[in-house]
Amino acid sequence: MKKTLKFLLALVVLAVGATALVWALNVRDEVDVKAPVANAAPSDGLIARGAYLARAGNCQTCHTAQGGQAFAGGRGIATPFGTVFTSNLTPDDKTGLGGWSAAHFWRAMHNGRSKDGRLLYPAFPYTSYTQVTREDSDALYAYLRSLPPVAAPNLPHALRFPYQSQAALAVWRALFFSPGVYEPDSARSAEWNRGAYLVKGLGHCAACHTARNALGGSDQGLDLAGGLIPMQNWYAPSLASPYEAGVGDWDKQHIVSLLKNGVSPRASVTGPMAEVVQRSTQYLSDADLGAMAQFLKELPPSHTAPPEPAAIKTQGESVERAAKLYEQHCAQCHGAKGEGIANAYPALAGNRAVTMGQASNLVQIVLNGGYAPATEGNPRPFGMPPFVLVLNDADMGLVLTHIRQSWGNRASEITPLEVNRIRASTGR
Amino acid sequence: MHETCSGYSWLRALARHALPAALAWAAAGAAVAAPPPFEDSIAQRAMACTACHGPQGRAAPDGYYPRLAGKPAGYLYNQLLNFRDGRRHYGLMTQLIEPLSDAYLMEIATYFSQLEVPYPAPLPAATAPEVLRHGRQLVLEGDAARQLPACVQCHGQAMTGVAPGIPGLLGLPRDYLNAQLGAWKAGQRRAHAPDCMKEVVARLTLEDINAVASWAAAQPLPASTKPASSLPPLPSGASAITCGSATPPASTKAQK
Repeated sequence: MKKTLKFLLALVVLAVGATALVWALNVRDEVDVKAPVANAAPSDGLIARGAYLARAGNCQTCHTAQGGQAFAGGRGIATPFGTVFTSNLTPDDKTGLGGWSAAHFWRAMHNGRSKDGRLLYPAFPYTSYTQVTREDSDALYAYLRSLPPVAAPNLPHALRFPYQSQAALAVWRALFFSPGVYEPDSARSAEWNRGAYLVKGLGHCAACHTARNALGGSDQGLDLAGGLIPMQNWYAPSLASPYEAGVGDWDKQHIVSLLKNGVSPRASVTGPMAEVVQRSTQYLSDADLGAMAQFLKELPPSHTAPPEPAAIKTQGESVERAAKLYEQHCAQCHGAKGEGIANAYPALAGNRAVTMGQASNLVQIVLNGGYAPATEGNPRPFGMPPFVLVLNDADMGLVLTHIRQSWGNRASEITPLEVNRIRASTGR
Repeated sequence: MHETCSGYSWLRALARHALPAALAWAAAGAAVAAPPPFEDSIAQRAMACTACHGPQGRAAPDGYYPRLAGKPAGYLYNQLLNFRDGRRHYGLMTQLIEPLSDAYLMEIATYFSQLEVPYPAPLPAATAPEVLRHGRQLVLEGDAARQLPACVQCHGQAMTGVAPGIPGLLGLPRDYLNAQLGAWKAGQRRAHAPDCMKEVVARLTLEDINAVASWAAAQPLPASTKPASSLPPLPSGASAITCGSATPPASTKAQK
């Protein structure tokens, strides 16, 4: 009896201690939202700067419903824990940021808390935005306040138990979130630091390019070593690996071109990254894109040894069939030897998007087709037709294996099962 | 012997005439089958569309992917925006066009609108004559008692549409017409506000829809399949209908 009591007491102490710890970790670097605010009207310059920063943060994309009014929220972000609906950022008094002060906004960006103090879900990437400076947060706030107010009530999130609870969120934050503005590295150039600030902060590149654990946290720091985007089955390739999307050996100008135009002599973008270029990076200045490029070029390489070359089947009925399928469906644009057509269709020979270990993107592209984004520098992109209705799983596996194992490519086989897994996940 | 000789001469004749002909035919066949060379054109860029919508946007044989060729540019542009903005639903289509600018979507719409390629002959209707009569009546005259305008009041007397925003009704499979009108009725297909088709379709029963689709799908196309340049005169007693449409993109700047 006494023993049980002791045990229970210990449990209570532990629980109280853990709660206190979680609480303490959740209010680190808290913002005083009651501090008096200067009520000066924001200058046009500040608003323009905020508009630019909103592009850098790609705020509008998530905070606009399909076909809805800009920044009025309502888009559902599907996560493994349920759907989170984005909020109305227009200055509407009842449903938007009308009642928010600059300090409330700063607390949301920096600490991930709403106006009423509630913890925000990290689908809003405050794990990255916490690196943003107060000045930039104030500029964003000024810009959002300048938008026409839209009355659009926020939709309740549809999260499963226990993820819908504030307590669960507090634990998550204690484990995976610490607030902190970007601290410049004095050993590096101003350009590198500017790039790091944009990539780590508003750019929130890590939201996709850093792997998440089973709880949706990025506990490996900011390694940008690649991650599967939850729910979408697109793989955001490693920006640090020369065998994925690392740009260490690229001309800086080519990196800038990829982010500005969606195409470059080394690669083009498609899928979720096409959206990023279309809605965000194409609007950034050459200086900022150059800074991001400089930072990405200098990322420490994550792999030093190339992946083991796969054993390759060179004969047999399936090999012949695969070659025939390639000739019939692919060669017209990608060339008989996978050489592609400059400025239109990417080469497949030596293409890292083709040979990458993680082949989800390859299957996605062939299933669904896709265009590079229409940008000012490439306003009329070429496109890939969808093959979802043309090739069955077996044939798609064959032709993908063919392109992964021809013209010097030495990557592993794509099985019909792998194709089927992606096909099923896209509901087609 | 003689027979054998004649046999040989037959073979020789074959070798002299038929073989080169066969080879030429095979070569011609190969030339037809060989893909057209790459060109920096809008046709080349639209190949992602024609994979499903058929060569030159003539429609896919399955009836699900409609013809694009010759439809009014404004109509096609509206549909592209409708898919992008969630007024029509087909994930594959939405995903494909999402990264494109308004100006580029307009260029693609204009390209298909200008293609003049022949229509296939309509399939004979396997529908009861009274159903077809009912369909014909609704299309050509409407039903004043139910405040149903005739389809031709907006879609043109020749039913080939009216530029720039109203599509023709001919040359489309019955299943496609049925599916589209049904989707409108179910709220699955919408247009820019004011959505006039929504108002009209709301007054149609499923029997009406089937009758209209069956009759329209069985009609041959007129000699000129081009959309009319203006609406036909309003029949007496009918009231004008206001329909929403997208504003064409002002500039070619790649912005959304």
